[in-house]
Amino acid sequence: MDAHPASSATAPAPPAVDPHFREHLRRYLFVFYALLFGTLITVGASYIPWGNREINIGVALFIAIGKASLVACYFMHLISERKMIYGIMAFTAVFFIGLMFLTIWSFADFPWHTVTH
Amino acid sequence: MEIPYTAQPRRDTGLYNAKVGIWLFLASEVMLFGALFSAYILLRVGAEDGLWPHGWLNIPVGTCNTLVLITSSITTVMAWASCKMNQFGRFKFFHACTLCLALTFVGIKSYEYHDKFTHYEIALNDGKFADGHFIENKLQLVNGAYTGYALLKGHIVADRKELFNLREHPARHEELRIEGTQVKSLENYGPRHHAYLAIYFTLTGLHALHVIGGAIVIGFLWGPGSRLWQTDPERFTNRIEISGLFWHFVDLVWIFLFPVLYLL
Repeated sequence: MDAHPASSATAPAPPAVDPHFREHLRRYLFVFYALLFGTLITVGASYIPWGNREINIGVALFIAIGKASLVACYFMHLISERKMIYGIMAFTAVFFIGLMFLTIWSFADFPWHTVTH
Repeated sequence: MEIPYTAQPRRDTGLYNAKVGIWLFLASEVMLFGALFSAYILLRVGAEDGLWPHGWLNIPVGTCNTLVLITSSITTVMAWASCKMNQFGRFKFFHACTLCLALTFVGIKSYEYHDKFTHYEIALNDGKFADGHFIENKLQLVNGAYTGYALLKGHIVADRKELFNLREHPARHEELRIEGTQVKSLENYGPRHHAYLAIYFTLTGLHALHVIGGAIVIGFLWGPGSRLWQTDPERFTNRIEISGLFWHFVDLVWIFLFPVLYLL
């Protein structure tokens, strides 16, 4: 079993500072500006008459996936995580994609416009 | 006996306990919200043509809330980075900002909910529909018939479908007097009014609960929980990282909720 600092009676030294940390900070700020820009682009794109609603949905989801990737990769540090975290996320992705495919496949199982209001 | 790996990573995984725990929890959260998104897709695809709402939510208000949540994400990550750089004062500042932004988000969401619960659709006896917010409501249901009157800020439409696409048929805000004898039925824009509102309140309500839960944890770590910095700064920094991962997930969910519910 590893010893850890909590077991020490005296106050331990603060964690060592990574000399490259300032570079990380700049990256976080860049991601923040990209997210703000992405939000405004999403709103703007929703007002553009693309011709049909499917394109509007596609554009909005494309931007949302881009923004979500930035949050996950940089703010949540998924871009440089350990293998175990990638494993957990891979399982989640498989089940999530499966759920979405099940949803789409279910459209074929009932008459169109079954759910009404 | 001390619990191992609360600060130092295990040799085999390279991770401390809480990090594995939070990612497993987030995996379950993905499936929870995924199931609700699946329900949204089914409801939306199954809706009759012209009866799925567009423009029922206030886009500037939703955009503002999105910007608030994104800003809270950067303050969260800056709080963690401040701990990493041994700048406890900066950590306190950034985490206080996150807490304020979280409360702002909940406040704006409450305003939106209030707006929906005070917004009424009134079916009139002549087949038309009045829609808007009450200025004064003196309507009373007596023996199955309405009496009294109501002053409404809104508009009247002949076809109910006009109420579903407010982007193409923007709502007018005229002052109207509706007599009780004109009223057939009325209902506010609560969850039971339409499947869209049911899924809207479910998704955003669950998300808001996550925001409130996250804010409580952040508040604890900013206040009494921050004493751990004095005795075990590495473990405290890990706690900030864990709460930050949860907070970023909450932001990530909203990134999808905003276009799906407000814009499409």
